[in-house]
Amino acid sequence: MNFSLERMRRSPVYYSFINNKVAMVSAAILSTLLLVSILAPFIAPYDPWDQTAFDIMDSEYPPIGSSGADDRFLLGTDDMGRDMLSTILYGTGISIAIGIFATILQAFMGISIGLVSGYFGSRLDSFLMRIADIQLSFTTLMVAIIILAVFQAAVGLNSYERYALLMIVLVIGIAEWPQYARTVRACVLAEKKKEYVDAVRVIGLRPMRILYRHILPNTFSPLLVISTVQVANAIITEAGLSFLGLGMPITKPSLGSLIRNGFDYIFSGSWWITFLPALVLIVLILTINLLGDWLRDVLNPKIYK
Amino acid sequence: MFAFLLRRFGQAVIVMLVISLLSFSIQDQLGDPLRELVGQSVSEEIREQLRDKMGLNDPYLVQYWRFLKNALQGDLGTSYFFKRPALDVILDKLPATIDLVIAATFWILLFSIPVGIFAAIHPDHWFSKLALSLSILGISIPVFLTAIFLIYLFAVELGWLPSYGRGDTITLFSTWKTSLLTLDGLSHILLPSISLASVILPLFVRLIRSEMMEVLESEYIRFAWAKGLRRRRIWFLHSFKNTLLPVITVGGVQIGIMVAYTILTETVFQWPGMGFMFLEAINRVDTPLIVAYLIVVGLIFVVTNTVVDIIYGLVNPTVTLVGRPT
Repeated sequence: MNFSLERMRRSPVYYSFINNKVAMVSAAILSTLLLVSILAPFIAPYDPWDQTAFDIMDSEYPPIGSSGADDRFLLGTDDMGRDMLSTILYGTGISIAIGIFATILQAFMGISIGLVSGYFGSRLDSFLMRIADIQLSFTTLMVAIIILAVFQAAVGLNSYERYALLMIVLVIGIAEWPQYARTVRACVLAEKKKEYVDAVRVIGLRPMRILYRHILPNTFSPLLVISTVQVANAIITEAGLSFLGLGMPITKPSLGSLIRNGFDYIFSGSWWITFLPALVLIVLILTINLLGDWLRDVLNPKIYK
Repeated sequence: MFAFLLRRFGQAVIVMLVISLLSFSIQDQLGDPLRELVGQSVSEEIREQLRDKMGLNDPYLVQYWRFLKNALQGDLGTSYFFKRPALDVILDKLPATIDLVIAATFWILLFSIPVGIFAAIHPDHWFSKLALSLSILGISIPVFLTAIFLIYLFAVELGWLPSYGRGDTITLFSTWKTSLLTLDGLSHILLPSISLASVILPLFVRLIRSEMMEVLESEYIRFAWAKGLRRRRIWFLHSFKNTLLPVITVGGVQIGIMVAYTILTETVFQWPGMGFMFLEAINRVDTPLIVAYLIVVGLIFVVTNTVVDIIYGLVNPTVTLVGRPT
C-alpha cells in the first residue's frame, strides 16, 4: 500500500476533518487523554497502585482552590489519601485499555464469523445469524453482570481481583461479536455479487484468500464506524460493571471503580472523589462518540444500520 | 402463518432449555446445599446419607431432569438467606422493578415521539440540532452517573426529593404493590425513572428521527404531496405510521436492555427491586436465588423477544410468514 502524506491530504476524509470543528476538538481532546494516560507512570505525581506510597492521614483533601486544600495534591485526595490526579491518570489508562482490547477481541471473532457466514451462506449462515440474534437479545451488560457475578461468587473476592481485567475483556469481547459479524456479513453479501470477486474466483484463488485479501479490505469503512461506537460502549459497560463492584478492584481502579468508591462520600460533601473521574469518563466517551458520528457522516456506509 | 409461529415458539423453548441448563450448572458448582441445610457440625457418614437422600450423588443429567421438572412446577429452590421459596422472593420484588420500567417507558414515549417527529420534519431547525446534540451527550453519560448527578442535585444539595427507597405503596389486584399511585411514591420514583429513561430516550429520538426521514423521502410520500393532501395528514398518518414498524422491533429489544439497566439504577437508589436483590444475592452467595433470578430474567427476555418478533411478523406485510424472509 503506497501511503503518503500527500495522498492523505487530498482525501475527502481529511478535507472534511479540517472543516469540522467538532471533530477536530474531539480528536484533540481524545489524543490528549490517550497520551497522558499512556505517559501516566512518568507524569503522575504519585503511584496510586503502591499501597505504601499514600497515607490515610491525607484522606479527603479537596482540590486546590477550595478551602482546606493541600498544596501537594492538585485535585485533592480520596478516602484512602491517594492523590486524585494520579489515580485518574492511571484509571483513564485502564478504562481505555479495556475498551480497546475488548473491541479487538470482538472484531477478531465477529469478522471471522461474519466473513464465513456471508461467503459460504446457506445453512451455516442462517444458524450463525440465529445465534447472533439470540445473543444480541440478551444485551451485553446483562450477560456480563451475570457471568462476572457468578465468577466472583465462585472464586471469592480476593482471587477475583487478580483476574478482573482479563475477565472483563473476555466477557465484553465475546458478548459483542454479533455486532461485527452482522456488519461484515452484510458487506460480504453485497461484495460477493461484484465482478472482481468472480474474477479472482476464476483465477482459482482459494476461498480464504479471496475473503481476507479481496473482500475484507472493502468492508473497511463500516467496520471503522462501528469500531468507534464499540470502544465507547465497551468503556461504558466496564464502568457500569466496576460501579457494581464486579469490575476493577479499588487497588487498581478504572474510572468506574473510582466513581463507585466516591459515591459513598457525596452525601458527606466530598464531591470531587466522584465527580472528577466522572467528568473524565464522560469527556472520554463523548469525544469517541462525536468522532464516531463524524466518521459515519463522512464514510456514509449505507450497509451500516 | 402457523409454521412461522411454531418455529418461533420452538426457538424460544430451545433458548429457555439452554438457559436452564446453564443455570443448573451454576447451581451445581456454586456452594454446597448440604452445608446450608445442616451446617458444619454433622458427621461425614450422615452427610453422605443425606447426600444420597437428596439425590446429590445422582448422575448429572438425572439431577438436571429433576431440576427442570421442579422448575416447570414453579419450584426454583429455597433461598438460603430469606428461608423462603426463591420464586416467591423474586415475585415480591418484581412489582418494584415493573413500576420503574413503566415510569421510565412513560418518559421515553412522552418525549421521544414528539421530539423525534419534529427533528425529522424540520431537520435544520435549531431545536432539532439541540435535540441531536443533547442525545449524543445523553448516550455518552452512563446511567449510574445520571443517577448520581440527580441525587447530588435534587437530594443532597436542594433536598427536594428522596434519594432512596420506594415510599408509600398501594396494593393493586391484591398482589401488586405499586408506588405509582401515591404522591409519596411518585416523589420516590421520579429520579430513578428519569435516570433509567436517560439511556434509552436518546436512542429513541435518533431512531424515530432517522426512520421518519427515510420514510419522508419515499415515493408514496412524494405522491401524497403531489395529490395535495394536508401536511398534518401526510406527517402523522402516512409517515409516522410507517416509522412505527422498525420502532416496534427495536423497542421490544430495549425492554430487555432496560431490565439490565435496572440493576444499575436500583443499586444507586437502593430501589427494592429484582436487580438490587440479585446483587445482594451474589454478595451472600445465595445460589438458589441467583439461579431463580437467571431463569426469571431469561424468561422475560425470551418472551418479549418472541412477542415482538410475532407482532412484527403480523404487522409487516412484507415478511414472508412461511420461512425466513430472504
